[in-house]
Formats: sequence, structure tokens, C-alpha cells
Amino acid sequence: MDFKDIKKIVELMDEHGLSQFMLEQDETKLELKKGGDVDVAAISQLMASAPAPAAASAAAPATAPAGAAPDPEPSGLPAGTEEITSPMVGTFYTASAPDADAFVKVGDRVSADTTVCIVEAMKVMNEIQAEIAGEIVEILVENGTAVQFGEPLFRVKTS
Amino acid sequence: MFKNILVANRGEIALRVIRAAKELGVRTTAVYSEADVDSMHVHLADDAICIGPPPSSESYLRMEAILSAAEIANVDAIHPGYGFLSENARFAELCESCNVKFIGPSAEVITMMGDKNTARATATKYGIPVTPGSEGIVETEEEAIKLAEEIGYPVMIKATAGGGGRGMRPALNKASFVSAFHAARQEAEACFGNPDVYLEKLVENPHHVEFQIVADSQGNVKELGERDCSMQRRNQKIIEETPSPLLTEGLRQRMAEASETLVKNIGYENCGTIEYLVDDHENFYFMEMNTRIQVEHPITEEVRGCDLIKEQIRVAAGEPLSAHVMNSSSRGHSIECRINAEDPYNNFAPSPGKINLFYAPGGRGVRVDTHVYSGYEVPPNYDSMIAKLIVTGATREIAIARMVRSLNEFVIKGIKTTIPFQASILKHSAFRSGDYNIAWVEKFLASQPGPPELPDIMLEEE
Repeated sequence: MDFKDIKKIVELMDEHGLSQFMLEQDETKLELKKGGDVDVAAISQLMASAPAPAAASAAAPATAPAGAAPDPEPSGLPAGTEEITSPMVGTFYTASAPDADAFVKVGDRVSADTTVCIVEAMKVMNEIQAEIAGEIVEILVENGTAVQFGEPLFRVKTS
Repeated sequence: MFKNILVANRGEIALRVIRAAKELGVRTTAVYSEADVDSMHVHLADDAICIGPPPSSESYLRMEAILSAAEIANVDAIHPGYGFLSENARFAELCESCNVKFIGPSAEVITMMGDKNTARATATKYGIPVTPGSEGIVETEEEAIKLAEEIGYPVMIKATAGGGGRGMRPALNKASFVSAFHAARQEAEACFGNPDVYLEKLVENPHHVEFQIVADSQGNVKELGERDCSMQRRNQKIIEETPSPLLTEGLRQRMAEASETLVKNIGYENCGTIEYLVDDHENFYFMEMNTRIQVEHPITEEVRGCDLIKEQIRVAAGEPLSAHVMNSSSRGHSIECRINAEDPYNNFAPSPGKINLFYAPGGRGVRVDTHVYSGYEVPPNYDSMIAKLIVTGATREIAIARMVRSLNEFVIKGIKTTIPFQASILKHSAFRSGDYNIAWVEKFLASQPGPPELPDIMLEEE
């Protein structure tokens, strides 16, 4: 494999909108990763501060960029840990009642069907199960705060 | 006026509502599925709450998730947009019980006009013509022939338990009626286990003409003109225009009066659209009423000088219709093309994926309503409309020339779109003469050998 081959692969990636390519051949291993060409967060920042951004489809200047959107990918979870995420929108509670003990605390072992918390949605208290087995290493949300779908609630050491 | 509106929708209409709310000084809360995390409406709303995974059934259609988000964001109103839950009476009811104002008419009105039979009966009750038909099932051949004569040929014989175009037969004249009657009954029996049929007049070469109305909580009602939506492919509108090239002033008056009468009598509030079929002999027939804002509302806004979404919000907040809306009249001509992420030369196969370059046309009388931008990834989970190109001119000829110019200028690279297809329609003599109806697009497609001659700027791509 020489430079011309690599250049051709990059061109093909561009042409077909691929962002990742990996090839293992005999002694050679080639991995190519494309960074995103447009930074979406930058576009919304631009629109928040300046009246005439480059993108022709831009909206009128916004008063503030959106908050509260969760990161698309969790960045660098330590190896052997997984997150329990919220399966619904609502309010997170660590216990079944204000004066009751918390379902779980840091250090507890949980199995897939251990109830770990409650997410209250429209006056209905939904018990949330761990769905994974392991040891609770961190509780990521404070009691009584609003959570959205997919929001990480607990970090669990699974191995 | 509201403090915080939750937009229970996505894509261009969510962005549209957020823009209107911002201009009214109202805070906005967006809800989104995991597939829409980078959508423009999410970035521009003041708050955004993820409500579910990509499938609509698990996100945008989940009433509890949306109402839960409304609760935690402490909103006082919800705008449902179009599609999704916008005509769901149960959702409107739930909003009410949660003390959140549903921006639209009441649950009862939504129910009344949502059921086709009830809607037809309601229209008839207030003297609005509906497609003539039998009042119920026609049991015997003799009864059917007699009724068909009364209605007048051509007629459509329809299975009462039917759907999806099955158990339906047209009968163009008396000679073909009897065999069509029995064939329909047979198919109905085979497909639905019920041979019962009824009759409806078959409107020949129908045109789809709809009227926009708006009403406030104080009894004010205003009809805002018509939109001709006859350019349809498989019952999906692709081009709309106002005024309709078909209507004479007399017909327009009659239809406008019928629309206002219906709206006043059913106690309607907020924006709504009444859809009619019109034949080539100035007969119009009520088809149905859409109790929400429509996709093609911008063309009405352009010729009327109003903002219908802001008006929806104002009316829902208890304000009377704006003076400029009540006093408005139609000026100029406006056309909209719905730009879909589809390949028109591959049977309109959906074309999701990353838009590498997005350049929207501009200039006098050009408006683009879209949520997409360069680098945006069009998700495969939702309907394929990615932009609306709305063009306005002093006359219909000027609007057409402007639309052709704008379509040629529009660049969307990385996915396929319907832009070249709509450009070929706009340049066609049938569109120019205004001589088209609901069946036109299919005939046009059947006669097309392949991709049309592409305008220069599009050839530069490859």
C-alpha cells in the first residue's frame, strides 16, 4: 500500500460520505477517521451572536442557544463501567417517598431487576430497574431534578 | 400572552413556531427524539428536552412523554404543529386536564370534524354542498340503478367496510353500472367479508381547492382566501398556489361564504382549513376540514400580509384577531414547492443522509422555510420534506418565473431532492395555463422518459 492508494481511499470516502474506514491486510493495518466537517454547535453560537451568518438557511438571531440537550455520545466512560439511563421524561427520585430510604446508594450491588429509582411522569411514579448487573459507583442526578429520555442516572461498574 | 410554549413537533414547522413565539417575546421549549439532537429547532429553542428514541411512535407521538416534558419545563401552552398529535382530540383533552393550553380548537370540534361521516353531515346541515350520494347502503340492484340515475353519472360504488381503494368501482354510465355494482360487492365481500356498498357522485377531473379560515374566542371569523393544491402525487401535495387559477370570482365568493358559515356554526376557534373538490363546471363539494395549521400556510401569509402562527398563538392566548388580519385582502400571487429528500428518477425513493452543501435561493419575493443546513444529517425516520420554497410575485406569470429562477438557484448536495422534478412541472405549459387537476402529475410522470434537462447550476455537481 502506498500513498496513492491511501489518497484514493480518502477520495472514495469523501465521495460516498463515509467517516470511518478500516483495512487489515497481511502485515498492514490502516484506519482512517474523518472529523465532522461542520461544527453544528458553532453554527448556533454564530447565530446567537451575529446577525448575518454564512449559512443561507440561518434563522434570525436567537436570544440564546438551546440548553439542556444531552451529549450525543458519552465521552470516555472508564472501562468496565456502564450507565443506567432514563427511559422516560420526568422527575428523578432516589426513594419511593420523601422519608423513605434511597433505593440504592454508592457501593450497592444491583442486578438487572433491582429498582434503582423512580421517574415521576404526570403524577405516575414509575419504578426504574437497573437492567444491568454490577456495583453503583456514582449517582449522576440529584433527587427531585427533571430528567429527559436517555439522560444518564447512575454509573455502574459491571466488571 | 403565554410565558413558555412547548412545540410538540419537529423539522421545519417546529422551527416556524419557535420563530413566531420569539417574535412575540414568548419562551420556547423544544422536544426531540434522539434522531433530532442536531436539528435546528433544538438549537434555537430556549430549552430542549429529549423525549424518546428515533421512532415517532416512541417520541413525537407519545402523549405522556410530551406532557411530562411540558410539566418539567413549566410551559403554559403547547403548539402541536401539523401531523403527529395536531388533530388528536385525546391529546387536546389531556392538555386541558393538565392546565396547558392546546393551541388549536377544542377537543369536541376536533372530534366532530375528524370523523368523515360526521363532518359531511355537519356540512350538509349548514347548507354546504357535499358530494351527492346515497344516504346509506344500497341493498338491491334496482335500488342502486334508481339512485345512480338520481345522483347522476358518473358515480363511484364504494364498500362501506372498505379502505385502501379496495371494494370501489367507478361506473361512468348506465350501461356499465350493473356489472360495476356486482363487481364492487364481490370484491368487498372477498376483502372485508361485507358486500355492502353505497354510492357517491364521481367528481370528474377534480381540483383540490381549500379555504383558510381563522376565528378567535370572541366570535370573530375571517376567511383568508383559497389555495389550489391539485398538484399531487399519490395524494401528497407537491405544489400549491394562491389564488387558484381555476376559480371565477363568483365561485370564490360562494366557497368563501360556505366556509365562513360552517366555521361560525360549529363554534370553531383558531386556524383551520376546509378542503373542497371542484369540478370543471363550477360545482364545489365539501371534502373534509383540517382543524390545524397546514403545511402550505405560507402562501396565504404572503398574499395576505399576515403571520398565521403568531395569530394562532394570539387567539389561543385569548386575544382577538389582529386588525391587519380582519382587514386583509389578497394581493399578488404565491406558489410553494415542497422540497422532499426523494429521488424523483428512482420512483421517489427516500434519500436520507448528510447534506454536504445547502445553499438556499434569495432575492425579492423568495422565502425558504427549512430546518436543514450544510452538514445536517437527514434522518430516515420521518417524512421526507426538508424545505418549503415559497415564491411571491405581483402576477401569476411573475411568480412562476421567480419560482423557476429560485429552483435553479437552490443547491442541496449530498442527497437527492425533488427540485428538478418540480422545476420541470413549473416550466410545463399545463402549469402555465393553469390547466391541471388532481390526476395531472401521474399522467405527467407516465409520459416522462427520464431525468429532464438539468439547469446549469445542477450540472456542476457531478
